[in-house]
Amino acid sequence: MTPDGALDLDPRWTVEILQKFIRTELHRTGLRDLVLGLSGGIDSAVSVYLAARAIEPSRIHACLMPYRSSSEDSLSDARAIVDDLGLDAETIDISPMVDGFEQVSHDAGRHRLGNVMARARMTLVFDRSMHHRALVLGTSNKTELLLGYGTLHGDLASALNPIGDLYKTQVRTLAEYLGVPESVRVKPPSADLWPDQTDEADLGFSYAEVDRLLGLLIDARASRATAIEDGFAPDLVDRVTRTITRSQFKRRLPIIAKISMRTIGWDFRYPRDWMT
Amino acid sequence: MRDIRVAMAQIAPRLGDVEANLETHLEIAGKARAAGCDLVVFPELSLTGYLLADQVPEVALQLDDPRLETLRHASLECDLLVGLVEDAPGHRFHNVAAYFSGGRLIHTHRKLHLPTYGLFQEGREFAAGDRVRHVQTRWGPAGVLVCEDLWHMPCAWLLAQQGAEVIFVLSNGPTRGARPGREITSNAVWRELLQTTAQFQTTWMVYVNRVGCEDGLTFGGGSLLVDPFGRVAHEAPALDEDFAVIEIKDEILRRARTVYPLLRDENIELVQRELERLRRLRYDLPRPADVEG
Repeated sequence: MTPDGALDLDPRWTVEILQKFIRTELHRTGLRDLVLGLSGGIDSAVSVYLAARAIEPSRIHACLMPYRSSSEDSLSDARAIVDDLGLDAETIDISPMVDGFEQVSHDAGRHRLGNVMARARMTLVFDRSMHHRALVLGTSNKTELLLGYGTLHGDLASALNPIGDLYKTQVRTLAEYLGVPESVRVKPPSADLWPDQTDEADLGFSYAEVDRLLGLLIDARASRATAIEDGFAPDLVDRVTRTITRSQFKRRLPIIAKISMRTIGWDFRYPRDWMT
Repeated sequence: MRDIRVAMAQIAPRLGDVEANLETHLEIAGKARAAGCDLVVFPELSLTGYLLADQVPEVALQLDDPRLETLRHASLECDLLVGLVEDAPGHRFHNVAAYFSGGRLIHTHRKLHLPTYGLFQEGREFAAGDRVRHVQTRWGPAGVLVCEDLWHMPCAWLLAQQGAEVIFVLSNGPTRGARPGREITSNAVWRELLQTTAQFQTTWMVYVNRVGCEDGLTFGGGSLLVDPFGRVAHEAPALDEDFAVIEIKDEILRRARTVYPLLRDENIELVQRELERLRRLRYDLPRPADVEG
């Protein structure tokens, strides 16, 4: 029997479902094109490899958006993906946008500036979405969504997210199946907001470990006691649980104060695919 | 029953668009008729789509609605089993499977069990049905269930006890899980449930599930014909639209019921007594007065 919360995945069926999801959800809006920010990391790579199976690669517009201090490898990895799939792509240096922000806001430390970079990229991607008449493809995985490890209205913003129900470990499984270049798959995950940043150093634990814990706590709905019995340190369980709780606001639309008899979000209830 | 040919219409209904879905139904009914079918079966909510939420009253139809005339008419040549939202007397909205035959609506089944847990919110949207009745069709006795109903064993049991020889299950099953060696997990789970039900009730099971996506849900397809021995006789592909013509034979039903005379041996008196006792315990009802000697 498979253990509760196990993360092993059948890549073939997962890819079938996600391809169908991308194609159906795109076409029902009446649009034919997708746009996304391609960082050279594994998440945006998997999103775009899935998209390239769902629609014509020439209808996918990849934005490569380096900042002055971004790693050269990120850009060359992103370019390799563009070439491999035959995507439409443009490279835009976001440094002047971030410089402009710094001119009006002098005291931002590197964390705030990191958020500004993420939002500068979001601004460009959404602008291109209007230009190309394209939907924005999301690239946030389930691990970062649950841990709130993303910038609100930055990299978390999208219209369609094919990988939002896949943990980082599962994204890796798919990456291999989809033929994502090895250099993208083996490098340590990084937001690349400053030199030598890595996700695992930021978070303080490895994806392999936290994904197993999340699989247990979230997917299998196991209790704290069960997680500890399974060998997870109580400190880690508590820290992860707190992180999930505190980042809930990043997973929801703004809350609206109820005044009327029918309020958006409460009793005005339609799916997003309403009338499509 | 007599032998029949049945078309399984594994479609992706348009959400909230009854007119467009009616057209699709008529087109497919024409195809079924051309293929010499006695009946064509559509998925749950095939006229409306699934994630209706506040659209429920907008797509609900009274059963004498003139828009259903085309379906009634089409059933002169080939029976139709479709899913819709019924605007029932008192304006209670039911998730319904409707059986059209010979130009008339001859049977409706109102979904009994409305899943309201996990990703499902049906208890918010619909009124629950409260009866299980088989239907005597032109070709023999049948039963109709909708999706979650099959997860409650008494539903199929009650239909079989009333004489149903074929049980139709109209479904909107979303995909959940994709484990190695387990294909789409939810499809495998449905198959096991249907095979087990067929074995327990020694009935033919016809399961028609929808495909397509609504918001982030993808519906699994994988419609099935299971024979009264519990063997899969036909399986439609997962995820894609499909139209399949299947044959349901009385001879196999007869053999299964000969080899496994489970229906003959059912003891409904025993079930009745135990249910009475359970009911008394659960609701703390008084014992019936002792019979005077």
